[in-house]
Amino acid sequence: MVDRSLRVGVDIGGTFTDVALEHAGGLATAKVLTDYAEPERAILDGIARAAASAGVAVEDIGQVIHGTTLVTNALIERRGAKLAFITTEGFRDVIEMRSENRFEQYDLNLELPKPLVPRKDRFTVAERVGHDGEVLLALDPEEAEALALRIASAGYEAVAIGFLHAYANDGHEQLMEAALRRHAPDLSISLSSVVSPQMRELPRFNTVIANAYVRPQVAVYLSRLVARLRDAGIGAPVFMLHSGGGLISVETAAEQPVRLLESGPAGGAIFAADFARMHGLEKVLSFDMGGTTAKICLIEGGEPKTANTFEVARTYRFKKGSGMVVSTPVVEMVEIGAGGGSIASIDAMGRIQVGPRSAASEPGPACYQRGGEEPTVTDANLLLGRLDPDNFAGGAIPLSTASATAAVDSRLATPLDLPGGDAAFGITEMVDENMANAARVHTVENGRDIEHFTMIAFGGGAPLHACRLCEKLGIDALLVPPGAGVGSAIGFLKAPFSYEATKGLFQRLDAFDADAVNAALEALEGEATTFVKAGARDAATATRLTAFMRYSGQGWEIPVPLEHRRFTAADIAPITDAFEAAYRTLFGRTIDGLSIEITNWSLVVGSVLPPVAEVGRSPEAGTEAPWRKRSFYDAAQRKDVEAREVERSAMAPGVVVEGPAVIVEDETSTIVTAAFRAIGQSDGSLLLTRKEG
Amino acid sequence: MAPTSIDYQIMWNRLIAVVEEQATTLIRTAFSTSVREAGDLSAGLFDRRGRMIAQAVTGTPGHVNAMAESVTHFAREIGAQNIFEGDVFITNDPWLGTGHLHDFTVVTPVFRGGLHIGFFACTAHVVDIGGRGFGPDGNEVYEEGLLVPIMKFAERGTVSDVLLRIVRANVREPDQVVGDMYSLAACNEIGDRRLQTMLDEFGIDDLDGLSDFIIETSRKATHAAIASVPAGTYRNTMDVDGYDAPVTMAVTLTVEGDRLKADFAGTSGMSRFGVNVPEVYTRAYACYGLKCAIAPRVPNNTGSLEPFEITAPEGSILAAKRPAPVSVRHVLGHLVPDVVLGALHQAMPDTVPAEGASALWNIQISARPSDPDSGLPNREVLMFNSGGTGARPCADGLSATAFPSGVSTMSMEATEHVGPITVWRKDLREGSGGAGALRGGLGQTIEIEPRADYDFWFNAMFDRVKNAARGRAGGGPGGAGRVELADGTPLNAKGRQLVRNGKRLRLSLPGGGGYGDPKRRDRARVAADLEAGMITPEQAKVDYGYDD
Repeated sequence: MVDRSLRVGVDIGGTFTDVALEHAGGLATAKVLTDYAEPERAILDGIARAAASAGVAVEDIGQVIHGTTLVTNALIERRGAKLAFITTEGFRDVIEMRSENRFEQYDLNLELPKPLVPRKDRFTVAERVGHDGEVLLALDPEEAEALALRIASAGYEAVAIGFLHAYANDGHEQLMEAALRRHAPDLSISLSSVVSPQMRELPRFNTVIANAYVRPQVAVYLSRLVARLRDAGIGAPVFMLHSGGGLISVETAAEQPVRLLESGPAGGAIFAADFARMHGLEKVLSFDMGGTTAKICLIEGGEPKTANTFEVARTYRFKKGSGMVVSTPVVEMVEIGAGGGSIASIDAMGRIQVGPRSAASEPGPACYQRGGEEPTVTDANLLLGRLDPDNFAGGAIPLSTASATAAVDSRLATPLDLPGGDAAFGITEMVDENMANAARVHTVENGRDIEHFTMIAFGGGAPLHACRLCEKLGIDALLVPPGAGVGSAIGFLKAPFSYEATKGLFQRLDAFDADAVNAALEALEGEATTFVKAGARDAATATRLTAFMRYSGQGWEIPVPLEHRRFTAADIAPITDAFEAAYRTLFGRTIDGLSIEITNWSLVVGSVLPPVAEVGRSPEAGTEAPWRKRSFYDAAQRKDVEAREVERSAMAPGVVVEGPAVIVEDETSTIVTAAFRAIGQSDGSLLLTRKEG
Repeated sequence: MAPTSIDYQIMWNRLIAVVEEQATTLIRTAFSTSVREAGDLSAGLFDRRGRMIAQAVTGTPGHVNAMAESVTHFAREIGAQNIFEGDVFITNDPWLGTGHLHDFTVVTPVFRGGLHIGFFACTAHVVDIGGRGFGPDGNEVYEEGLLVPIMKFAERGTVSDVLLRIVRANVREPDQVVGDMYSLAACNEIGDRRLQTMLDEFGIDDLDGLSDFIIETSRKATHAAIASVPAGTYRNTMDVDGYDAPVTMAVTLTVEGDRLKADFAGTSGMSRFGVNVPEVYTRAYACYGLKCAIAPRVPNNTGSLEPFEITAPEGSILAAKRPAPVSVRHVLGHLVPDVVLGALHQAMPDTVPAEGASALWNIQISARPSDPDSGLPNREVLMFNSGGTGARPCADGLSATAFPSGVSTMSMEATEHVGPITVWRKDLREGSGGAGALRGGLGQTIEIEPRADYDFWFNAMFDRVKNAARGRAGGGPGGAGRVELADGTPLNAKGRQLVRNGKRLRLSLPGGGGYGDPKRRDRARVAADLEAGMITPEQAKVDYGYDD
């Protein structure tokens, strides 16, 4: 019998498809290889395995929550629809001219990413809406008809429409859509005024184009998935995790697939946020490190930090500016090319550089003995005693110390005339530096002090590096939750239903038009509530309102949280106060004598999460876990140290292990440096804290 | 324990992060649009002898070694005996800073254990510096605004009230300008804090060993890169429009072993207007161009900059003498890399690009109510726009992309919210890329009209109108720029002009030059360019010999 509390989360990643099944007895997980041809096959396989290990029938599953990198991959690999873009005359090349800059200052041979829609497939019509929504040049219906006819007969699979200032007046976009519908009723059409109704033509056009590009493919995939689940006896509703960290229905996802771009990583952030809430941690830095990249996210008050633009499909070594800026709600993450597979090399100055090139899983690090010859972070960890050659991935992959040594010696130590151990240390220290620097810059950009944060580390590589990162960042506490290997899938189960509706509405605060704002917010609330109710039905909901504001003349806005209410002219003063408070947090001061502007509004409607059962810190039990002797290289002390090796399963609540120690489990190892100690927690987490003094 | 080579490498890596954080702080707290939007700033760390150790990579190569040189001027003028903990120094002297009065350079000495161990320095463009305002019309630097000589902004932690009062009394936006002076000081403070943490972590008390390591390693790498350039003397000249008279830029490159000299003898004399370039700014852009081609991966520091010995004869337009006006020195400055790369091409064929539009086509628009008594407010709008870059030996040029400058353009929708203008067109200028086996980047076409009840003034400072970007190795020239009304009425490429309500300004930005014989261009690419409208049917036929 279908059990609504029996829920399954499924995350399709580049290598693995992860499944987490929540049932009365706890949590069952499964990890299977991703099936590129038919992703749903791996999903069914994974669900069957998880259900078997939980001892439940798949037919009883009450809810399926899904996240996927399908959309991102389609953009990166350029496997999308044959697409036409229709825009305002005079603005055909917005997506090709980008921001008119070069993201790499010194590379004379720099190549900019090619636009998703080539110029020949970009069409214009004479029309123009002004910044305030006034029609400056009316769209001639005959011209729209003629273009519609031309596009209908040209064999396009999808069309994106993006007109200037359409966020302020969508009339022309609607007119163009209607004309297309008349000539091509089945064509997949996306409108910028629907997908991303915000000021700034480049991100808005990119967003509607990305949406249109992947939409046919995503629609086919999702309907096939639902059908295959039904065939397998799973009639439960399917929900998708969107980039902003909430759930939406498959129907919404099929219409606005651009909202799915970062769904997998968002699951990881929610996973960490859930542990932050359970452990009562106000300020958290989540750190997720895999084979190719590391991701960092700020979590405050149990909520991952979100943004309304981000860059997807970077083409140049994760370099900022080398991708495509889209505006859609997203959990804000910094991603850098630092993972277990990151390759170390020597630059022109004879310095060790690590990443962003990665040996990935094929050929993999040299120590995998699958043909990799270049030294990687994993090879260095092996040589420094942080990985056990006989017990990696539960013994599934034997690691060759000889191959790691050969790679590090031949590519680094010999050319640099360094002892092999120093070179290996150079690799891990350099990658730790890179990650620490990225984390520091991200907190600075958000006006925060990193010392006051607790780190939550998950993903295969993070527990190996987290303690050293904390040393570098001055962080005193680190939590390593259980189940970290399938963190995103578990995170899916913790996500609320939510939808973020946005609207560009430009006003100077001194001419604040409360009626216009109230009308816009009402529309946003109606839109968002409809989407949320589609999944959450009668669950209680809450709203979160953000105004994007700046001083007149400034180039970019800052998010200002406001209480969601009906505004009146009397609200100018409290809105000013809220802006100044947010500005001061970010920049340390306010500027006198300047007027203030609001550019965009965002309203999130979300179901209210059930309160979490707080996990109190486990008192130290005074018992000792069984251990054996092991040694590893402690970076801060610059030497090999005698350490205790402890099984993770022996870290019962209250059990303390003083660093230096290695806590081992099948999926990963947690390195406890000499400066830290680890305490087992009642939920299976490890809490690492800095030793006194 | 003495630091090892690995320690120094890690500290070097950290220092780059420290100066990036210093720059990020400045970008986020500065008021000036060109800093926040365009990255018109610089930040770096120096040792106690004034040698630059690390510099943030920002949007403006023009600051590269201009700021690097400036710290030695500060050290000299302030004097070692007058450098105290809590001091902050400042100047906007174009000849000792970064080339015009709008850039303030702020230097903060770093102390550790009571001893002076180094300096943090940063530079940013402020919104106003008094005088005539930002534009080329002054005939002496005195007309261009307030000059603050090298002096103390703060002494032992106390900010100079006298200086602040003088600045406030001389600029149009006192809150913003003084605010930016504080932002500059604050970003150095952030750098100082991070540096101290690093020194604690590594247990060292001064920068001397680290500084020697970084500078010597970089010098060696740069010398090695220069040594791979064939020895010889290479000359190049390039004619550009200039302001009141055409300008010839001439350069002689001399490569001898691991030494490289670039001298601008033969370059035209100074202009009566503010397009003159102080030598420090010429050096910055010449060095940037050479470094891109010869040693792009060596980070900027004294060791990687000094091997490029760059000089220009005093009194030439590329080494203007006081009190020449220098306000818009960026226009000719941006053209400097093209002339040095042209010389370098003779030494290193198939390495450097063809000439490009190079100088930004920035427009400062002053919108004024058509009826002065209407009560409507005046509005100022600033736009950054780029033409095409030159084709590369192995790739087409970049269309509508800044080079050598690294600035970004702004959203037109956002711009229309700032001022009463309608931008009717901002798209690629078809057919403007120079023909070649590799095609030059396209320029762009921009059409701007004042909105109802407004006229606007704009300050034209556009180059490559009379002298197009030349192609290389048989490639054709890029399309020359054009300034006119949309109805075809020609306008001047230089100077302040009025666009009345109902008229549209049309700017056609130059394209980049082509590379190699266009007849040898891959036919599929010619066909694709034709289909996409990047080239005209006539060009396909005549320039590319394409008949299909």
